[in-house]
Amino acid sequence: MRYSALSLLRGGLTGHKAWARAWRDPTPKSRYDVVIIGGGGHGLTTAYYLAKVHGVRNIAVLEKGWIGGGNTGRNTTIVRSNYRLPQMQALMEFSLKLWEGMSDEINYNVMFSQRGAIFLGHSDSDMLQLAQRGDAMATAGVEAELLSRDQVRKLAPELDMSAAARRPIQGGLIQRRGGTARHDAVAWGYARAADALGVDIIQNCEVTGLTIRGGRVEAVETSKGVIGADRVGICVAGNSGRVAAMAGLRLPIESHLLQAFVSEPVKPMVNTVLMSQSLHCYISQSDKGEIVLGGNPDQYPTYSQRGSPHRIEEAAAEAMALVPALSRLRVLRAWAGTTDMSFDGAPIIDRTPVDGLYLNGGWCYGGFKATPGSGWQYAHLLAKDEAHAVAAPFRLDRFQTGRTIDENGAGPMPQAR
Amino acid sequence: MMLILCPYCGPRALPEFSFDRPVEAITRSDADTATLVKTLFERDNPRGPSRELWRHTYGCRSWLTLTRDTATHEISDIRPLGGEA
Repeated sequence: MRYSALSLLRGGLTGHKAWARAWRDPTPKSRYDVVIIGGGGHGLTTAYYLAKVHGVRNIAVLEKGWIGGGNTGRNTTIVRSNYRLPQMQALMEFSLKLWEGMSDEINYNVMFSQRGAIFLGHSDSDMLQLAQRGDAMATAGVEAELLSRDQVRKLAPELDMSAAARRPIQGGLIQRRGGTARHDAVAWGYARAADALGVDIIQNCEVTGLTIRGGRVEAVETSKGVIGADRVGICVAGNSGRVAAMAGLRLPIESHLLQAFVSEPVKPMVNTVLMSQSLHCYISQSDKGEIVLGGNPDQYPTYSQRGSPHRIEEAAAEAMALVPALSRLRVLRAWAGTTDMSFDGAPIIDRTPVDGLYLNGGWCYGGFKATPGSGWQYAHLLAKDEAHAVAAPFRLDRFQTGRTIDENGAGPMPQAR
Repeated sequence: MMLILCPYCGPRALPEFSFDRPVEAITRSDADTATLVKTLFERDNPRGPSRELWRHTYGCRSWLTLTRDTATHEISDIRPLGGEA
Protein backbone atom coordinates (compact mmCIF):
# COMPACT_ATOMS: atom_id res chain seq x y z
CA MET A 1 0.00 0.00 0.00
CA ARG A 2 1.33 3.42 -0.92
CA TYR A 3 1.21 5.93 1.93
CA SER A 4 -0.27 9.31 1.02
CA ALA A 5 -2.48 12.06 2.42
CA LEU A 6 -5.40 10.16 0.93
CA SER A 7 -4.44 6.84 2.57
CA LEU A 8 -4.05 8.67 5.89
CA LEU A 9 -7.52 10.20 5.49
CA ARG A 10 -8.99 6.82 4.61
CA GLY A 11 -7.24 5.28 7.61
CA GLY A 12 -8.61 7.99 9.87
CA LEU A 13 -12.16 7.56 8.63
CA THR A 14 -12.01 3.80 9.26
CA GLY A 15 -10.70 4.21 12.80
CA HIS A 16 -7.14 3.17 11.83
CA LYS A 17 -8.24 -0.46 11.90
CA ALA A 18 -7.62 -1.32 8.24
CA TRP A 19 -3.87 -0.64 7.95
CA ALA A 20 -1.97 -3.56 6.45
CA ARG A 21 1.19 -4.60 8.30
CA ALA A 22 4.21 -2.68 7.02
CA TRP A 23 6.29 -5.76 6.23
CA ARG A 24 5.67 -9.50 6.14
CA ASP A 25 6.73 -12.01 8.77
CA PRO A 26 8.15 -14.75 6.53
CA THR A 27 9.52 -18.18 7.44
CA PRO A 28 13.12 -18.38 6.22
CA LYS A 29 13.70 -20.20 2.94
CA SER A 30 16.39 -22.87 2.80
CA ARG A 31 18.64 -20.74 0.60
CA TYR A 32 19.22 -17.12 -0.42
CA ASP A 33 21.52 -15.36 -2.88
CA VAL A 34 22.46 -12.91 -0.15
CA VAL A 35 21.94 -13.19 3.60
CA ILE A 36 22.50 -10.03 5.60
CA ILE A 37 23.16 -10.59 9.30
CA GLY A 38 21.72 -7.69 11.26
CA GLY A 39 18.40 -5.90 10.73
CA GLY A 40 19.53 -2.48 11.87
CA GLY A 41 19.41 0.57 9.65
CA HIS A 42 22.57 -0.40 7.79
CA GLY A 43 21.42 -3.97 7.14
CA LEU A 44 18.01 -2.85 5.92
CA THR A 45 19.40 -0.16 3.61
CA THR A 46 21.86 -2.75 2.28
CA ALA A 47 18.99 -5.10 1.44
CA TYR A 48 16.95 -2.29 -0.07
CA TYR A 49 19.72 -1.04 -2.38
CA LEU A 50 20.73 -4.61 -3.30
CA ALA A 51 17.18 -5.17 -4.54
CA LYS A 52 16.60 -1.70 -5.96
CA VAL A 53 19.94 -0.82 -7.56
CA HIS A 54 21.39 -4.25 -8.31
CA GLY A 55 18.21 -6.24 -8.98
CA VAL A 56 19.06 -9.00 -6.50
CA ARG A 57 15.75 -10.63 -5.68
CA ASN A 58 16.52 -13.44 -3.25
CA ILE A 59 17.66 -11.65 -0.10
CA ALA A 60 17.15 -12.25 3.62
CA VAL A 61 17.85 -9.94 6.53
CA LEU A 62 18.31 -11.82 9.82
CA GLU A 63 17.64 -9.87 13.01
CA LYS A 64 18.32 -11.30 16.47
CA GLY A 65 15.75 -9.04 18.12
CA TRP A 66 13.22 -6.81 16.43
CA ILE A 67 13.51 -4.07 13.81
CA GLY A 68 14.47 -0.78 15.46
CA GLY A 69 15.46 -2.39 18.77
CA GLY A 70 19.22 -2.00 18.46
CA ASN A 71 21.55 0.91 17.78
CA THR A 72 19.25 2.36 15.11
CA GLY A 73 16.87 3.29 17.91
CA ARG A 74 19.57 4.29 20.42
CA ASN A 75 21.49 7.10 18.72
CA THR A 76 20.94 10.84 19.03
CA THR A 77 19.55 11.03 15.45
CA ILE A 78 22.08 13.60 14.19
CA VAL A 79 22.82 13.66 10.46
CA ARG A 80 25.73 15.69 9.06
CA SER A 81 28.70 15.38 6.72
CA ASN A 82 31.01 18.05 8.16
CA TYR A 83 34.12 15.88 8.24
CA ARG A 84 37.76 16.86 7.92
CA LEU A 85 39.31 13.98 5.98
CA PRO A 86 38.48 13.45 2.28
CA GLN A 87 37.60 9.76 2.75
CA MET A 88 35.10 10.57 5.51
CA GLN A 89 33.73 13.57 3.59
CA ALA A 90 33.09 11.44 0.50
CA LEU A 91 31.31 8.72 2.49
CA MET A 92 29.21 10.99 4.68
CA GLU A 93 28.32 13.43 1.89
CA PHE A 94 27.26 10.50 -0.30
CA SER A 95 25.04 9.46 2.58
CA LEU A 96 23.69 12.96 3.24
CA LYS A 97 22.57 13.23 -0.41
CA LEU A 98 20.58 10.01 0.07
CA TRP A 99 19.05 11.44 3.27
CA GLU A 100 17.81 14.43 1.28
CA GLY A 101 15.65 12.23 -0.94
CA MET A 102 14.91 9.48 1.57
CA SER A 103 11.27 10.09 2.52
CA ASP A 104 10.22 10.25 -1.14
CA GLU A 105 12.44 7.33 -2.10
CA ILE A 106 10.93 4.91 0.42
CA ASN A 107 7.45 6.51 0.70
CA TYR A 108 7.87 6.88 4.44
CA ASN A 109 8.21 10.10 6.39
CA VAL A 110 11.51 9.88 8.26
CA MET A 111 11.02 13.48 9.46
CA PHE A 112 14.45 14.49 8.17
CA SER A 113 14.87 18.06 9.34
CA GLN A 114 17.81 20.03 7.91
CA ARG A 115 17.82 22.52 10.73
CA GLY A 116 21.56 23.13 10.59
CA ALA A 117 24.37 21.50 12.55
CA ILE A 118 26.68 23.88 14.41
CA PHE A 119 30.10 23.03 15.80
CA LEU A 120 30.85 25.58 18.52
CA GLY A 121 34.28 27.14 18.96
CA HIS A 122 35.40 28.10 22.47
CA SER A 123 38.94 29.33 21.89
CA ASP A 124 41.31 30.67 19.24
CA SER A 125 42.56 27.18 18.62
CA ASP A 126 38.99 25.84 18.28
CA MET A 127 38.22 28.57 15.73
CA LEU A 128 41.38 27.76 13.79
CA GLN A 129 40.41 24.08 13.67
CA LEU A 130 36.86 24.93 12.60
CA ALA A 131 38.20 27.18 9.83
CA GLN A 132 40.48 24.38 8.64
CA ARG A 133 37.59 21.93 8.69
CA GLY A 134 35.35 24.37 6.82
CA ASP A 135 38.05 24.94 4.19
CA ALA A 136 38.56 21.20 3.80
CA MET A 137 34.82 20.73 3.33
CA ALA A 138 34.53 23.60 0.83
CA THR A 139 37.43 22.12 -1.16
CA ALA A 140 35.48 18.86 -1.37
CA GLY A 141 32.35 20.70 -2.49
CA VAL A 142 30.56 20.31 0.85
CA GLU A 143 28.90 23.51 2.02
CA ALA A 144 30.25 24.97 5.26
CA GLU A 145 30.09 28.42 6.79
CA LEU A 146 32.22 29.86 9.55
CA LEU A 147 30.06 31.79 11.98
CA SER A 148 31.02 34.81 14.06
CA ARG A 149 29.99 35.03 17.70
CA ASP A 150 27.06 37.28 16.75
CA GLN A 151 25.88 34.90 14.05
CA VAL A 152 25.91 32.03 16.54
CA ARG A 153 23.98 34.17 19.02
CA LYS A 154 21.28 34.88 16.41
CA LEU A 155 20.91 31.22 15.43
CA ALA A 156 21.01 29.91 18.98
CA PRO A 157 19.92 32.60 21.45
CA GLU A 158 19.63 29.95 24.17
CA LEU A 159 23.43 29.73 24.43
CA ASP A 160 25.16 31.46 27.32
CA MET A 161 26.97 34.39 25.66
CA SER A 162 27.50 36.35 28.87
CA ALA A 163 30.93 37.51 30.01
CA ALA A 164 30.76 35.03 32.88
CA ALA A 165 29.97 32.02 30.68
CA ARG A 166 31.78 28.91 31.86
CA ARG A 167 32.33 27.90 28.22
CA PRO A 168 32.82 31.14 26.29
CA ILE A 169 31.71 30.92 22.65
CA GLN A 170 33.86 32.64 20.05
CA GLY A 171 32.01 31.42 16.98
CA GLY A 172 31.11 28.28 15.13
CA LEU A 173 30.99 26.31 11.92
CA ILE A 174 27.58 25.50 10.49
CA GLN A 175 26.54 22.92 7.96
CA ARG A 176 23.05 24.12 7.09
CA ARG A 177 22.14 20.83 5.42
CA GLY A 178 22.82 18.93 8.64
CA GLY A 179 20.04 18.12 11.07
CA THR A 180 18.10 15.27 12.62
CA ALA A 181 15.74 12.50 11.53
CA ARG A 182 13.37 10.18 13.32
CA HIS A 183 15.53 7.09 13.74
CA ASP A 184 12.75 4.51 14.26
CA ALA A 185 11.08 5.70 11.06
CA VAL A 186 14.32 5.11 9.15
CA ALA A 187 14.39 1.47 10.26
CA TRP A 188 10.68 0.90 9.72
CA GLY A 189 10.62 2.75 6.40
CA TYR A 190 13.52 0.81 4.91
CA ALA A 191 12.14 -2.47 6.29
CA ARG A 192 8.85 -1.76 4.54
CA ALA A 193 10.51 -0.62 1.32
CA ALA A 194 12.86 -3.62 1.21
CA ASP A 195 9.99 -5.99 1.97
CA ALA A 196 8.01 -4.50 -0.93
CA LEU A 197 10.94 -5.47 -3.19
CA GLY A 198 10.73 -9.07 -1.97
CA VAL A 199 13.36 -9.02 0.78
CA ASP A 200 12.59 -11.49 3.60
CA ILE A 201 13.00 -9.72 6.93
CA ILE A 202 13.29 -12.39 9.60
CA GLN A 203 13.07 -11.12 13.16
CA ASN A 204 13.86 -13.02 16.37
CA CYS A 205 16.37 -15.02 14.37
CA GLU A 206 19.76 -15.18 16.08
CA VAL A 207 22.81 -16.26 14.14
CA THR A 208 24.67 -18.95 16.08
CA GLY A 209 27.30 -20.04 13.58
CA LEU A 210 28.66 -19.86 10.05
CA THR A 211 29.19 -22.93 7.89
CA ILE A 212 32.51 -22.53 6.08
CA ARG A 213 33.96 -25.16 3.73
CA GLY A 214 37.16 -24.84 1.78
CA GLY A 215 37.56 -21.22 2.81
CA ARG A 216 34.11 -20.29 1.55
CA VAL A 217 30.96 -19.47 3.49
CA GLU A 218 28.08 -21.76 2.58
CA ALA A 219 25.39 -21.23 5.17
CA VAL A 220 24.32 -19.32 8.23
CA GLU A 221 23.30 -21.32 11.30
CA THR A 222 20.46 -19.65 13.15
CA SER A 223 17.92 -20.17 15.90
CA LYS A 224 15.45 -20.84 13.06
CA GLY A 225 17.59 -23.44 11.32
CA VAL A 226 20.40 -23.51 8.77
CA ILE A 227 20.01 -21.03 5.91
CA GLY A 228 22.14 -21.50 2.80
CA ALA A 229 23.69 -18.42 1.19
CA ASP A 230 25.95 -17.56 -1.74
CA ARG A 231 27.05 -14.38 -0.02
CA VAL A 232 26.81 -13.35 3.61
CA GLY A 233 27.09 -9.77 4.80
CA ILE A 234 27.90 -9.13 8.46
CA CYS A 235 26.19 -5.89 9.44
CA VAL A 236 25.94 -5.99 13.22
CA ALA A 237 27.98 -3.01 14.45
CA GLY A 238 28.37 -3.38 18.22
CA ASN A 239 28.68 -7.14 17.89
CA SER A 240 30.88 -7.44 14.78
CA GLY A 241 33.62 -9.19 16.73
CA ARG A 242 31.27 -11.90 17.97
CA VAL A 243 29.88 -12.74 14.53
CA ALA A 244 33.33 -12.54 12.90
CA ALA A 245 34.60 -14.95 15.57
CA MET A 246 32.16 -17.54 14.16
CA ALA A 247 34.34 -17.44 11.05
CA GLY A 248 37.52 -17.57 13.12
CA LEU A 249 38.33 -13.91 12.46
CA ARG A 250 39.71 -11.34 14.90
CA LEU A 251 38.80 -7.76 13.98
CA PRO A 252 40.42 -4.37 14.64
CA ILE A 253 37.38 -3.52 16.77
CA GLU A 254 36.48 -3.31 20.46
CA SER A 255 32.86 -3.11 21.62
CA HIS A 256 32.32 -0.12 23.92
CA LEU A 257 29.21 1.78 24.88
CA LEU A 258 27.87 5.24 24.31
CA GLN A 259 25.11 6.78 26.39
CA ALA A 260 22.44 9.28 25.48
CA PHE A 261 19.59 10.80 27.42
CA VAL A 262 16.55 13.01 26.94
CA SER A 263 14.80 15.57 29.08
CA GLU A 264 11.10 15.96 29.63
CA PRO A 265 9.47 17.61 26.59
CA VAL A 266 9.32 21.40 26.37
CA LYS A 267 8.31 23.97 23.75
CA PRO A 268 10.80 24.61 20.93
CA MET A 269 13.97 26.16 22.37
CA VAL A 270 16.87 24.56 20.46
CA ASN A 271 16.35 25.12 16.75
CA THR A 272 19.63 23.73 15.46
CA VAL A 273 21.92 20.86 16.39
CA LEU A 274 24.54 22.24 18.78
CA MET A 275 27.78 20.35 19.10
CA SER A 276 31.02 21.04 20.83
CA GLN A 277 33.87 18.81 19.83
CA SER A 278 36.23 20.13 22.47
CA LEU A 279 33.62 19.58 25.20
CA HIS A 280 32.25 16.38 23.66
CA CYS A 281 28.68 17.44 24.11
CA TYR A 282 25.81 17.62 21.65
CA ILE A 283 22.37 19.08 22.07
CA SER A 284 19.28 18.95 19.90
CA GLN A 285 15.53 18.97 20.40
CA SER A 286 13.30 16.18 19.16
CA ASP A 287 10.01 16.88 17.43
CA LYS A 288 8.30 15.71 20.63
CA GLY A 289 10.10 18.52 22.46
CA GLU A 290 12.58 16.45 24.44
CA ILE A 291 16.09 17.84 24.66
CA VAL A 292 18.36 15.09 23.35
CA LEU A 293 21.83 14.98 24.89
CA GLY A 294 24.92 12.92 24.39
CA GLY A 295 28.49 12.95 25.54
CA ASN A 296 31.62 10.83 25.72
CA PRO A 297 31.74 7.06 25.31
CA ASP A 298 32.40 5.14 28.53
CA GLN A 299 35.84 4.14 27.17
CA TYR A 300 36.16 0.49 28.17
CA PRO A 301 34.96 -2.65 26.37
CA THR A 302 31.46 -3.74 27.30
CA TYR A 303 28.37 -5.37 25.85
CA SER A 304 26.25 -4.46 28.86
CA GLN A 305 24.28 -1.55 27.31
CA ARG A 306 24.46 -0.03 30.80
CA GLY A 307 26.66 3.03 31.24
CA SER A 308 28.12 4.76 34.24
CA PRO A 309 26.25 7.73 35.69
CA HIS A 310 29.37 9.91 35.75
CA ARG A 311 29.20 10.19 31.96
CA ILE A 312 25.63 11.50 32.17
CA GLU A 313 26.72 13.94 34.84
CA GLU A 314 29.58 15.20 32.66
CA ALA A 315 27.42 15.64 29.57
CA ALA A 316 24.66 17.34 31.59
CA ALA A 317 27.21 19.71 33.17
CA GLU A 318 28.60 20.72 29.77
CA ALA A 319 25.12 21.10 28.29
CA MET A 320 24.04 23.31 31.20
CA ALA A 321 27.21 25.40 30.83
CA LEU A 322 26.29 26.02 27.20
CA VAL A 323 22.52 26.38 27.66
CA PRO A 324 21.85 27.41 31.29
CA ALA A 325 18.06 27.05 30.88
CA LEU A 326 18.52 23.28 30.66
CA SER A 327 19.27 23.23 34.40
CA ARG A 328 15.52 23.49 35.03
CA LEU A 329 14.74 20.30 33.11
CA ARG A 330 14.58 16.77 34.44
CA VAL A 331 16.09 13.79 32.68
CA LEU A 332 13.33 11.53 31.43
CA ARG A 333 15.29 8.56 30.09
CA ALA A 334 18.91 7.50 29.72
CA TRP A 335 20.17 4.53 27.76
CA ALA A 336 23.25 3.10 26.11
CA GLY A 337 24.14 1.37 22.88
CA THR A 338 27.01 -1.00 22.14
CA THR A 339 29.38 0.55 19.62
CA ASP A 340 31.99 -1.04 17.37
CA MET A 341 35.05 1.06 18.19
CA SER A 342 37.67 0.76 15.48
CA PHE A 343 41.29 1.78 16.01
CA ASP A 344 41.17 4.91 13.86
CA GLY A 345 37.55 5.96 14.31
CA ALA A 346 36.57 5.03 10.75
CA PRO A 347 34.28 2.20 9.64
CA ILE A 348 35.19 -0.96 7.74
CA ILE A 349 33.33 -1.90 4.54
CA ASP A 350 35.26 -4.73 2.95
CA ARG A 351 35.62 -8.37 2.01
CA THR A 352 36.95 -10.72 4.68
CA PRO A 353 39.58 -13.47 4.23
CA VAL A 354 36.65 -15.93 3.94
CA ASP A 355 35.21 -16.12 0.41
CA GLY A 356 31.64 -14.90 0.21
CA LEU A 357 31.78 -13.31 3.66
CA TYR A 358 31.75 -9.52 3.91
CA LEU A 359 32.03 -7.04 6.77
CA ASN A 360 30.35 -3.72 7.41
CA GLY A 361 31.16 -2.48 10.92
CA GLY A 362 33.44 -0.35 13.06
CA TRP A 363 31.12 2.66 12.89
CA CYS A 364 32.19 3.83 16.36
CA TYR A 365 29.54 6.27 17.60
CA GLY A 366 28.83 7.82 14.19
CA GLY A 367 26.87 5.23 12.26
CA PHE A 368 23.36 6.68 12.18
CA LYS A 369 24.15 9.51 9.78
CA ALA A 370 25.74 6.98 7.44
CA THR A 371 22.70 4.67 7.37
CA PRO A 372 21.68 5.09 3.70
CA GLY A 373 25.22 5.62 2.36
CA SER A 374 26.59 2.63 4.23
CA GLY A 375 23.82 0.40 2.89
CA TRP A 376 24.27 1.69 -0.68
CA GLN A 377 28.02 1.08 -0.52
CA TYR A 378 27.70 -2.33 1.12
CA ALA A 379 25.10 -3.38 -1.46
CA HIS A 380 27.56 -2.42 -4.20
CA LEU A 381 30.29 -4.51 -2.55
CA LEU A 382 27.98 -7.51 -2.04
CA ALA A 383 26.63 -7.36 -5.60
CA LYS A 384 29.89 -6.78 -7.45
CA ASP A 385 32.45 -8.27 -5.04
CA GLU A 386 34.31 -4.99 -5.44
CA ALA A 387 34.16 -1.79 -3.42
CA HIS A 388 32.75 1.39 -4.96
CA ALA A 389 35.32 4.22 -5.02
CA VAL A 390 33.70 5.89 -1.99
CA ALA A 391 33.99 2.76 0.20
CA ALA A 392 37.36 1.61 -1.17
CA PRO A 393 39.51 3.29 1.53
CA PHE A 394 37.59 1.62 4.38
CA ARG A 395 39.56 -1.59 4.20
CA LEU A 396 39.91 -4.26 6.84
CA ASP A 397 43.69 -4.46 6.37
CA ARG A 398 44.45 -0.76 6.74
CA PHE A 399 46.19 -1.25 10.09
CA GLN A 400 48.73 -3.48 8.36
CA THR A 401 49.26 -1.14 5.44
CA GLY A 402 49.27 2.02 7.56
CA ARG A 403 46.49 3.66 5.51
CA THR A 404 44.42 4.56 8.54
CA ILE A 405 41.67 7.19 8.47
CA ASP A 406 41.99 9.04 11.77
CA GLU A 407 39.45 11.86 11.56
CA ASN A 408 40.13 13.08 15.10
CA GLY A 409 43.89 12.61 14.98
CA ALA A 410 43.48 10.87 18.33
CA GLY A 411 45.86 7.95 17.91
CA PRO A 412 45.41 4.23 17.57
CA MET A 413 43.31 3.25 20.59
CA PRO A 414 39.57 2.53 20.50
CA GLN A 415 39.00 4.41 23.74
CA ALA A 416 40.72 7.53 22.38
CA ARG A 417 37.94 8.32 19.96
CA MET B 1 29.09 2.23 38.43
CA MET B 2 31.96 -0.20 38.74
CA LEU B 3 33.89 -0.30 42.02
CA ILE B 4 37.46 -1.42 41.50
CA LEU B 5 39.56 -2.67 44.40
CA CYS B 6 42.96 -1.01 43.99
CA PRO B 7 45.59 -3.18 45.75
CA TYR B 8 47.16 0.00 47.17
CA CYS B 9 44.20 2.34 47.79
CA GLY B 10 41.24 0.04 48.47
CA PRO B 11 37.86 0.20 46.70
CA ARG B 12 37.57 3.22 44.40
CA ALA B 13 34.99 4.30 41.82
CA LEU B 14 35.39 3.78 38.10
CA PRO B 15 36.05 7.45 37.18
CA GLU B 16 39.45 7.21 38.95
CA PHE B 17 40.56 4.44 36.62
CA SER B 18 41.31 4.16 32.93
CA PHE B 19 41.10 1.10 30.76
CA ASP B 20 44.22 0.58 28.67
CA ARG B 21 43.92 -2.67 26.70
CA PRO B 22 43.20 -6.36 27.03
CA VAL B 23 46.24 -8.25 28.33
CA GLU B 24 46.32 -10.13 24.99
CA ALA B 25 47.31 -6.82 23.36
CA ILE B 26 50.50 -6.35 25.37
CA THR B 27 53.56 -7.00 23.24
CA ARG B 28 57.24 -6.21 23.00
CA SER B 29 58.36 -3.36 20.77
CA ASP B 30 61.02 -5.59 19.17
CA ALA B 31 58.46 -8.12 17.90
CA ASP B 32 58.22 -8.51 14.12
CA THR B 33 55.74 -6.29 12.25
CA ALA B 34 53.17 -9.02 11.56
CA THR B 35 53.06 -9.95 15.25
CA LEU B 36 52.86 -6.30 16.27
CA VAL B 37 49.92 -5.61 13.94
CA LYS B 38 48.13 -8.76 15.03
CA THR B 39 48.67 -8.10 18.72
CA LEU B 40 48.07 -4.35 18.74
CA PHE B 41 45.23 -4.03 16.22
CA GLU B 42 43.22 -7.25 16.46
CA ARG B 43 40.99 -8.20 19.35
CA ASP B 44 39.15 -11.25 20.63
CA ASN B 45 36.59 -8.71 21.91
CA PRO B 46 34.82 -11.36 24.01
CA ARG B 47 31.37 -11.06 25.54
CA GLY B 48 32.24 -12.51 28.94
CA PRO B 49 35.40 -12.67 31.07
CA SER B 50 38.34 -10.67 29.76
CA ARG B 51 41.78 -10.22 31.30
CA GLU B 52 42.56 -6.50 31.07
CA LEU B 53 45.19 -3.88 31.84
CA TRP B 54 43.87 -0.87 33.77
CA ARG B 55 45.50 2.08 35.51
CA HIS B 56 44.49 3.90 38.67
CA THR B 57 45.17 7.11 36.76
CA TYR B 58 43.45 9.59 39.07
CA GLY B 59 44.56 7.80 42.23
CA CYS B 60 47.92 6.22 42.92
CA ARG B 61 48.69 5.86 39.18
CA SER B 62 49.61 2.21 39.52
CA TRP B 63 49.01 -0.30 36.73
CA LEU B 64 46.72 -3.25 37.44
CA THR B 65 45.55 -6.36 35.69
CA LEU B 66 42.09 -7.71 36.40
CA THR B 67 39.49 -10.08 35.02
CA ARG B 68 36.28 -8.31 34.08
CA ASP B 69 33.12 -9.75 32.57
CA THR B 70 32.19 -7.51 29.63
CA ALA B 71 28.51 -8.42 29.93
CA THR B 72 28.01 -8.13 33.71
CA HIS B 73 30.98 -5.89 34.75
CA GLU B 74 31.86 -8.39 37.49
CA ILE B 75 35.51 -7.93 38.43
CA SER B 76 37.85 -10.48 39.98
CA ASP B 77 41.51 -11.38 40.41
CA ILE B 78 42.94 -7.86 40.59
CA ARG B 79 46.73 -7.85 40.66
CA PRO B 80 49.28 -5.06 40.71
CA LEU B 81 51.55 -5.06 37.71
CA GLY B 82 55.25 -5.38 38.32
CA GLY B 83 58.27 -7.57 37.98
CA GLU B 84 58.24 -9.05 34.53
CA ALA B 85 56.29 -6.24 32.77
